[in-house]
Amino acid sequence: MSLDPWVWISAFLTLAIFSFLFKDNPVYKFAEHLFVGVSAGYYASIYWHNAILRFIVKPLSEKFSIFYYKIIWPEAFVNISTVSAFFSFIMYLVPLSFGLLFFSLLFPRYSWLIRYPIAFLMGIGSGLSLYPTFKARIFDQVKDTFLPQFSQTVYFLNSLIIFIGTFTVLSYFFFSKEHKGPLKAFAKVGIIFIMIGFGAAFGYTVMARISLLIGRIYFLIHDFIHLI
Amino acid sequence: MSLIDRLLNIPRFVIFILIGLAVFIPLLFKFLLPLKVLKPVKDVYDFIESLPEGTPVILSFDYSPDVLPECYPMSLVLAKHLARKKLRIYIMTLYPAGAGFALDVYNKILKEFNLVERKDIVFVGYFPSIAATILGIGEDIKNVFKSDYFGVPFDEIEAFKGVKNYEDIKLIITISGAAIPESWMVYANGRYNANVAAGVTAVMAAQLYPYYRSRQFIGLIGGMRGAAEYEKLLAAHNLATKGMNSISLANFVMVLLVILGNISYFLKRRRRK
Amino acid sequence: MKKEIPIFIVFFIGTIGFLQYFIVGPLSKSVYTLLLEWFQGVQGMAIIMAVISLTRRHFHNLKRGKNVFYSFVTLVSLYGMIILGVFFGIGKGSTFDKIYEYVMVPLNATTFSLLAFYMASASYRAFRARNLESTLLLLSAFILMIGFTSFGDIISDKLPSLAQWILDVPNLAAQRGITLGIALGILATSLKIMLGIERSWLE
Repeated sequence: MSLDPWVWISAFLTLAIFSFLFKDNPVYKFAEHLFVGVSAGYYASIYWHNAILRFIVKPLSEKFSIFYYKIIWPEAFVNISTVSAFFSFIMYLVPLSFGLLFFSLLFPRYSWLIRYPIAFLMGIGSGLSLYPTFKARIFDQVKDTFLPQFSQTVYFLNSLIIFIGTFTVLSYFFFSKEHKGPLKAFAKVGIIFIMIGFGAAFGYTVMARISLLIGRIYFLIHDFIHLI
Repeated sequence: MSLIDRLLNIPRFVIFILIGLAVFIPLLFKFLLPLKVLKPVKDVYDFIESLPEGTPVILSFDYSPDVLPECYPMSLVLAKHLARKKLRIYIMTLYPAGAGFALDVYNKILKEFNLVERKDIVFVGYFPSIAATILGIGEDIKNVFKSDYFGVPFDEIEAFKGVKNYEDIKLIITISGAAIPESWMVYANGRYNANVAAGVTAVMAAQLYPYYRSRQFIGLIGGMRGAAEYEKLLAAHNLATKGMNSISLANFVMVLLVILGNISYFLKRRRRK
Repeated sequence: MKKEIPIFIVFFIGTIGFLQYFIVGPLSKSVYTLLLEWFQGVQGMAIIMAVISLTRRHFHNLKRGKNVFYSFVTLVSLYGMIILGVFFGIGKGSTFDKIYEYVMVPLNATTFSLLAFYMASASYRAFRARNLESTLLLLSAFILMIGFTSFGDIISDKLPSLAQWILDVPNLAAQRGITLGIALGILATSLKIMLGIERSWLE
């Protein structure tokens, strides 16, 4: 059995969560709340070091100090003009000021201001994703569906099945027209592909869930009680 | 209640115990069951083998502890392969909770292969915006990485010398239990034609196959089985190989349970008729 | 002010983000890299707000005397972790890293491992071959569940290959049909947001 107090804590918490299998209880609830606090604290610290310091504090102080030195000592940093130093400092204030508006949520009267940073994130997110999404998720996929692999008969047959499958699955999800006549037949074939696909995904999911359990049981018998 | 009925109406706690035992018992024994290495995993291995020494490669730990047993073994075995091939490894994460595993693997590899910190391997830490990070690396890594996890500035890190973007970084391996590999595929491959390989949980694997066939992913490692196949390729049997025995028995029990459930269903239906 | 400006921001920033892909030149490049840096910066601020919200909720609980002990646990662990992380280092071997490894990891991993039990019990009760469709689903799941385990390799080395074929061909076709549909949805939604047609996020 392990003598490391950390391993004991870890084992206790593992068993505390497993106790939920029996029924909900205070020990489980304690572990659950500890989890919420510890994870949020962990995220916040990682954010602090890797996001806030790296992308806000350090660049901002760097840009500000260059600008400041340019004012008090114009000969410094010969390859940067005072105007461009000022400009690059100001450019850094934009994300900061947008970001600060998140805190408007704390003041109910001004909480609508949070829409500005959200608008910023949504705008940039949609603008940047349009082209790559079209290329990667539609263009390349359609291209692959229409270009069969001829090198071997079996590859060609597979390409044909994939073509038929993709087409019929799409017709199954085509709701703008009532499923009658040929569309009904296509949709029927489509559902067969969908079911085989979902079955495969389910089989894989079973394996995934079992794997998660393996990890914990392995910890208990290997790291904690040294049975193996 | 007849004996058959009782056999077919298994209470919940019995199922719990059966599944628990199916996982527990195989872990007690050390034996190696056969395992065939399949093409999606072999493709990742072959691609890494084809890279010349010193090539920069990104290994991104985009997962949290909830998928640890599937993602951690593949992280470790992939990192080992990269180190064995003497590639320049950039470890990063797009999930804040992935930082801990990344740090762990970073330290393990550093020690096991006697690598030089920030020269052969660098841990650049966590990045908040997924799209901005992936797109940013495509322009200039200097604007994104800025410093490593420990705050050492970009210019002092030797591993970054002569490296600008995906034209130099020949491979990105993303390990995840969520949709982040798709972001890598859309932004890094879709925009910059970068080579992306994905190591994902079995839950996610099935839905990535369309992109694997179209070579938008150069290879796929799915779940613990994928990790075990990789361990076999590298002859580094470890956590995933041990787990495969349990998965095999537990899956078998699951199939039996579903068959029993169906027998009971059909018997009841016939009786009703 | 409350609606027009956010809609303008979305349109303006979104259009720049989209058009820069098609305009080649140093100006377009520098606007693009600037946008990417801003994106990182703004996103980075959001987590602070999340920490504040969590704190407020649990302080509220403490004040009302509701679930006092649990809220106390959450708050102490939250701020304890932040103090350790921000002031005492996040490297290997630090207390911060130890708590991650021995507290956060087991809690998170065990919570999700419970799913194995519930999934087994639910499949036993609900996974039935009622008609052709569900029978196909069941068969394909069985082939994968056996084929992708070592039993599959023991029975025949064709079985893992069959499981792989199911993933490579019929599964791929189904997933491709579904993902094409989703992609069209993503594109339409992005455009609607940029053009100010979709405004539910303003509510």
